[in-house]
Amino acid sequence: MLLPTLRRLAEMIFVMLGISIVVFLIFFATPGADPAARIAGRNATPEILAQVRHSFGLDRPLPVQYALVMERLFVTRDLTSFVNRGQRVIPAVIEATPVTLSLVLGAAVIWVIFAIIVGMVAAATRGGITDRTLMFLGLVGVSMPVFWVGSVMNLVTQSRFHNTWLFHWVPGLGYTPLLLHPWVWFKSLVIPWVTLAILYIGLYGRVLRANLVEAYQEDFIRTARAKGLSETRIMFRHALRTSLITFVSMFGLDFGALVGGGALLTEVVFGLPGVGRLTYEALQNLDLPFIMATVMYSSFFVVVANAIVDIAYAWLDPRVRDAR
Amino acid sequence: MPAEPSAPAETLLDVRNLSVSFRSEKGVIRIIEDISFSVGAREILSIVGESGSGKSITSLAVMRLITDPNAIIEGSIIYKGRDLLKLDPREMRDLRGRDIAMIFQDPMTAMTPVYTIGWQIEEQIRAHQKLSRRAARARAVELLGEMGIPAPARAATRYPHQLSGGMRQRAMIAMALSCNPSLLIADEPTTALDVTVQAQILELIQRLRRDFGSSVILITHDMGVVGTISDRVMVMYAGTVVERGPKPMVLAQPSHPYTLGLLRSIPPMHGERPFRLPSIPGSPPAPTARPAGCPFQPRCDFRFEPCGNRPPLFRHGAQEVACFLAADHLPDWDHERAIRAPGAAA
Amino acid sequence: MSGTRPTMLHAASVTKRFRVGSRFRTGGVQIVHALTDVSLDVFPGETVGLVGESGCGKSTLGRCLLRLYSIDDGRIAFQGKDITNLSQRELRPLRAEMQMVFQDPYSSLNPRRRVGDLIAEPLRVHGKRSEADVQNRLRELMELVNLSPDFLQRFPHEFSGGQRQRIGIARAIAMSPRLVVADEPVSALDVSVQAQIVNLFMDLQQKLGLTYVFIAHDLSVVRQIATRTAVMYLGGIVEIGDTDTVLHSPAHPYTAALISAVPEPDPHGNIRARTILRGEPPSPTNPPSGCRFHTRCPIAQERCGVEVPVLRPLDPGRRVACHFPLQSGEVAGHG
Repeated sequence: MLLPTLRRLAEMIFVMLGISIVVFLIFFATPGADPAARIAGRNATPEILAQVRHSFGLDRPLPVQYALVMERLFVTRDLTSFVNRGQRVIPAVIEATPVTLSLVLGAAVIWVIFAIIVGMVAAATRGGITDRTLMFLGLVGVSMPVFWVGSVMNLVTQSRFHNTWLFHWVPGLGYTPLLLHPWVWFKSLVIPWVTLAILYIGLYGRVLRANLVEAYQEDFIRTARAKGLSETRIMFRHALRTSLITFVSMFGLDFGALVGGGALLTEVVFGLPGVGRLTYEALQNLDLPFIMATVMYSSFFVVVANAIVDIAYAWLDPRVRDAR
Repeated sequence: MPAEPSAPAETLLDVRNLSVSFRSEKGVIRIIEDISFSVGAREILSIVGESGSGKSITSLAVMRLITDPNAIIEGSIIYKGRDLLKLDPREMRDLRGRDIAMIFQDPMTAMTPVYTIGWQIEEQIRAHQKLSRRAARARAVELLGEMGIPAPARAATRYPHQLSGGMRQRAMIAMALSCNPSLLIADEPTTALDVTVQAQILELIQRLRRDFGSSVILITHDMGVVGTISDRVMVMYAGTVVERGPKPMVLAQPSHPYTLGLLRSIPPMHGERPFRLPSIPGSPPAPTARPAGCPFQPRCDFRFEPCGNRPPLFRHGAQEVACFLAADHLPDWDHERAIRAPGAAA
Repeated sequence: MSGTRPTMLHAASVTKRFRVGSRFRTGGVQIVHALTDVSLDVFPGETVGLVGESGCGKSTLGRCLLRLYSIDDGRIAFQGKDITNLSQRELRPLRAEMQMVFQDPYSSLNPRRRVGDLIAEPLRVHGKRSEADVQNRLRELMELVNLSPDFLQRFPHEFSGGQRQRIGIARAIAMSPRLVVADEPVSALDVSVQAQIVNLFMDLQQKLGLTYVFIAHDLSVVRQIATRTAVMYLGGIVEIGDTDTVLHSPAHPYTAALISAVPEPDPHGNIRARTILRGEPPSPTNPPSGCRFHTRCPIAQERCGVEVPVLRPLDPGRRVACHFPLQSGEVAGHG
C-alpha cells in the first residue's frame, strides 16, 4: 500500500512541476508578453521599466526567474499582485478557497444524489414515459447555460418573488462564512448550489442511465435474477455498483476542475468571492502572480481529484486492483 | 442409482405446448414453436441443438428469465404441480435459486465482477434462508470444498477474475446448489472450458444427482457431452423438437435425418477415418428465415413429398421423431439411402 | 523423421517469451514462457496438427512459424531459407507463400468492404495483375471454396459463420500459398458446418497441393485432418508423430489423458469410465521444474520433478518427451 501511495505522490509532484513550468513559460517568457511592462504601468519610461525589471528579477535568466517566482509563491509566500500593489497572492487565494469549497461541495452532494436517483429511475423504467421525461429534463438541464440559470434564479428569488412565502428566506447576494453564521451560510448557498447542480444532474443522470442500461445486458444480471434476488437488490448491488465507474471518473475530474476555479460563472453571478472570481479578475487585469497562483492551485485540485478517482476505481472494481 | 431413464418415475417438470415469440418491426418472430417435454426426478435431460435452435431460450423460459417486454410466452410450464407461467413475480422469485437453479456458459461474465465468490454465494443463501452472515459464509466455504475447489476458505475471498475458468465454473455450480435445488439448468456449462477441465465439470454434474438428488437439464451443442452424462436426449432444430428419447436409443439409432447428420459429422475418435466427413449442407436457419413445413427439409438428403407439411412427433416405444420417414416405424437409413441412390427404382 | 527430406518449414529450438505487467506496477514485470525450445519440421504436402489446451502455446507457435511474432531464441527456415531474423518488410514477398486462417473470420474481415474487395486485397497488394485478371481469379477462388460468385458484391455481415470462414479461406489461398497455418478455424462453427469446413480444407489440399499446420483443441478434428500430430503442454511439444500412432497408442501420459477426456457420442458412454486428469495447467509465468507435466501426471516419479525430459524418438514415426513413456495399451482410453 505504501509503494503505490508514494508513487502517486511522486506523480502528483511531477505533474504540478510540469504545469508550473508551462504556466510560467506562457506568462513570463512568451515574446510580447513583457511582465515588466504590466507592472510598470502604461506610461512608464524605459528607465522605470529597466528598474522594475531589475527589482523583480526579470533581467535574470529564465530558470532563475522561474525559481524566484516559485520561491516567492511557495516558500516565502510574499508574491504580490502586479495590479493592486501590496496585495499578497497566497493569503488572497487561501481566503477565497472556503467560499469555492462551500459552493462546490454542496452542489456536488445535490448533483450526485439527484443524478443517481434520475439515472436509476430512468433505467428501471427504460423505454417508458418516465424514462423519456427524465431524459428530456436532463437534456434541458445540460443545455441551459449556468449564468443564465443563475440570473433567472436571482431574478426570481431576489426580486420578483422575494417577498412571497416561497423565497422570503433567501438572503441577499454574497457569502457568509460557515463558522460565523452556519444557518445564514446554508441559506445563502442553497440557490447557488441548485444552480450549479442542475447542469450536472442532467449530465450525470444521462450517463448513469446509459451505463445502467448497458449493465442490465450483462450476463451477471441474468445470474442475479436466476439466484432469485429482488429487482431492488439487483439494481443497487449488481447494476449500480458496476455502473458507477464512469460516473466516478467524471465526478473526480469535474469536482477537481470546479474547486480549481471552474465554478467562476456561478461565483460571479451570485457575488461569491471564490477562487473562480479571483481567477476571473486576475485574467481581466493580466495579473501574472495571481494567474500563476490560481492556476497552480487549480492544478493541485485536479491532480488530487485524479488520485482520489484512481483509488475509488480500485475500490469499485477489483479487476483494476490486480491490473496494477 | 439414477431413475430408470426411459420411464421417469415421477415428473418434476412438465412443459406443455411452449411457444416463445418476439414482437418486432418485421412482425412476430417465433423462436420456440410449440414444444413439450418433461423432466423426471433425478434425471439428466440433455437438450441438444445448434445456434438458433432455441435451446437456450427454452431454458430461460422455464426460469421465466426472458425479460424483454416484447416477448410472448405461451403454453404451460408445470413444476411440482404449479404452472410457473401463472405465478406472480414474487412467487417465481422465491422459486428461482431455491428450487430451480441455473448455471451459464461463461462464468467469467456470469458472475458480478466486483464481489468475491464467497459474497455471491452467501447472497444467494441469504436470499432464501434465514441464516446469519457467518453461517452463510460457512455454508459457502463448505460448498466450494464439495465442488473440489482446493483451499475453499481462501477461494471464497477471491474475485471471479482471479480464478481459472474451471474453478469459476465450480464456484458457479456451488452457488447454484447452495439452496439444494430440485432442478439445475446448465446452459452450455463446459463450452468455454478445456477438455480435461470439461471432463472434471461433467463428472461433477453427474455426481450432483447422487449427492444432492437434483434433476439436471443440460443445454449443449455437443453430442459428445450428451453421450457422456445424460439419461435422455431432446434434439432441437429451428425452435422445434425433432427427436427425443433415452440417450442409448437416440445415439445408437438416430431416427431423424438431422440427428443422424449431426452424429455423423463429428469426426470419430476410433476406427477408420472417413475420407470425407459426412456433413449437412447449408447452415441452420435464422429464426426470421425458417422454411415452411419440416424446418430441416431444405438441408435434408431424404426429403420427399410430405415434407412440405409440419411433421408431428411420431412415437415408437420410448423414442419420438418428428419426421415423416418415421411415420410407421423408425427409419432404416441404409434402406432409405439405397432407394434414393441414382439408378434405384423409386 | 528422415533428415534428408526437404522441409517446407523447419523450426529449431524456438523460444518465445512475453513480458506482462510493468516495472512501475506492483507485481513488476512477469515473463510468460509461451514457448520453450520447440522444434518442428513440416514437410511438403502434409498436415501437422497442433493440439493442446488453452495456454499451451499452440497459437503462439503458429504465429511464430509464420514470423508474425519475432522469436527470442531458435531458428525458423521456410523452404530452406532462414527467416528467423528477417524484418517484416523483408518478409513481405514471402507472405504470399505462407498464409494464416483465423478462428473468427468475422473479426478479421473489415465489415465495411465488399467480400470481393476483401479477397482481392492480397492480389492487388502483392501482384501486378490487371483488373480483369483479378476478377477472373476471384471467380476461380469462389468456386474453390464453394461460394456463389454473386456473393462477391456483398458485405461480411450478410454471411453465416461457415460462409465467412469460406471467405477467410479464399482470402488466404488467393496468392496460391504453399503453406497455410490455420488457427482453430472450425471451433467457432456449428457442428454441422464444422464438417463442411474440414472437408473443404482437405479438398483444397488435394487440389492445390497445400501444406497445413492445423491448430485445434478438438482432438477428433485433428484426427480427421492431420497426417502428423504434435501434442503441446505448457509451451512445449510433449509428443509428436503419425496421427494414428499418437492418438491410438499415446506414449505420453498427457496425450493419453487428453484423449480420454474427449467426450464421445457413445450410446453407453459414462463419465465414470474415464481417466480424468486432476487440476489445471499451471501458469506459464512460473512453469514447474523438470517435466512441466509432473504436477498433474498420474505416473510422475521423483525424477520427473528434477530432470527435463527431452523429445526423443520412441518408435518409428514418433517422438515423446517423457521419462516413463507408456507402453501401448497401458492407459485405457475408454472403458
